Amino acid sequence: MSVLRLTTATLAKDFRLEWRSKDALNSMLFFALLVVVIFSFSFDPNAEESRRIAGGLIWVAFLFSSVVALNQTWAREVRNQVLDAYRISPAPSNALFLAKVIGNFLFVALIELLTTPLFIAFYKLRAVGPAWQLFPVAALGTWALVVNGTFFAAVSIRTRSREIMLPLLLFPISIPAIIAMVSATTAILTAEYSARFWVVLLLTYDVIFTVACLLLFETVLNAE
Amino acid sequence: MKRIFPILAVLTGAFLSYALYLALLVAPTEQTMGDVQRIFYYHVPSAWTAFLLFAINFVASVVYLVRRNPAVDAIAVTSAEVGVVFCTIVLITGPLWARPVWGIWWTWDIRLTSTLVLWLMYVAYLILRRFSTGGQTPVIAATVAVFAALDVPLVYFSIRLFRTQHPQPVIGGGGSIDPRMLHVLLMNWYAFLCLAALMFWSRYRLEILQQQLDEAEGLESLEMRSPR
Repeated sequence: MSVLRLTTATLAKDFRLEWRSKDALNSMLFFALLVVVIFSFSFDPNAEESRRIAGGLIWVAFLFSSVVALNQTWAREVRNQVLDAYRISPAPSNALFLAKVIGNFLFVALIELLTTPLFIAFYKLRAVGPAWQLFPVAALGTWALVVNGTFFAAVSIRTRSREIMLPLLLFPISIPAIIAMVSATTAILTAEYSARFWVVLLLTYDVIFTVACLLLFETVLNAE
Repeated sequence: MKRIFPILAVLTGAFLSYALYLALLVAPTEQTMGDVQRIFYYHVPSAWTAFLLFAINFVASVVYLVRRNPAVDAIAVTSAEVGVVFCTIVLITGPLWARPVWGIWWTWDIRLTSTLVLWLMYVAYLILRRFSTGGQTPVIAATVAVFAALDVPLVYFSIRLFRTQHPQPVIGGGGSIDPRMLHVLLMNWYAFLCLAALMFWSRYRLEILQQQLDEAEGLESLEMRSPR
């Protein structure tokens, strides 16, 4: 079977499972909602201030809620020994990895789409710069979190206390991506400087780490 | 090991004391900062040593992924551990100097921030090694080390851009250095390298012994399980 067919098959399986249980989606959505509400209590900014800090707040909320989803990526497969089956099968392991990344990307993107209106309402946000640019920034930023997150989730299932290991690995490595996505978002919201450098940096980050993940995933999957 | 180690330890101690003497008494006092500047002779050599050790960790991790040689993995874990120790010294001595000279403990300057991020990444690496169980530890740790090394240039560029967006008054390196100061600095660096090599060696020996012990215990448990 080709990589593409395997990827879509795994993706379809994950979506069917998620559609029936809605575990990850519900917990993520509620978690993101809680973060938004708690942030609103912690800061009480006016419109001008909120434009400056919203980029940071919004991405911290997405970062935290994506960890909730990422932690569940491999748990199901470990429980039912699917990973062991995958190791013996001749299927290329990158197909599995890509399916997981795309699945997580779509979940996190959905959460972002549902949470952003709340942010806009609670913080009375209005972009001064071109707002459509937020979509490519969000897509690149989410990919940056999700591609490494899926990889490190596969690393952390090999450890004790796996739930806490993922953020410990993911957050330090993600620092340049977080700086880039927050700065790009703030640039678009305030229109004080250009977002172009940050988008290029984010794109570079995505390309480098996507390649690194694809090259090293098989090693991690088969590590014994 | 048993005989040479104490001798080397004494020699390193003597060298470090001589370097400290040079730094405190021989090196000329800096004109504007005064004696506070002398922390520089501990701060900069620690930084260079830490970066060198992190580079060794990266090379060892790549070699391990290719060759799967346990001795190389021992080099990787040792260099990360000793590197984190020296990086911690850098992060402690930096603010001690910055407070009297800049008037602030910390600023999000490029060098400070990159060093902090580097420290965070290698602490995460060590925590991963501690939490990981069984034989897969070296492999997954090596992949994480490769990721950390790939991240270093991105961290650098992102913080550099970040800094140009939000300029802050920070005294940069710039300017020339008195040749006597350079001499003292290099002597201190050599002394620190000796110390690092000594720590590296003893920690490496410990790691190899630990590997042998784990192997022996594994064999023993296999033998006990096999039918008599």
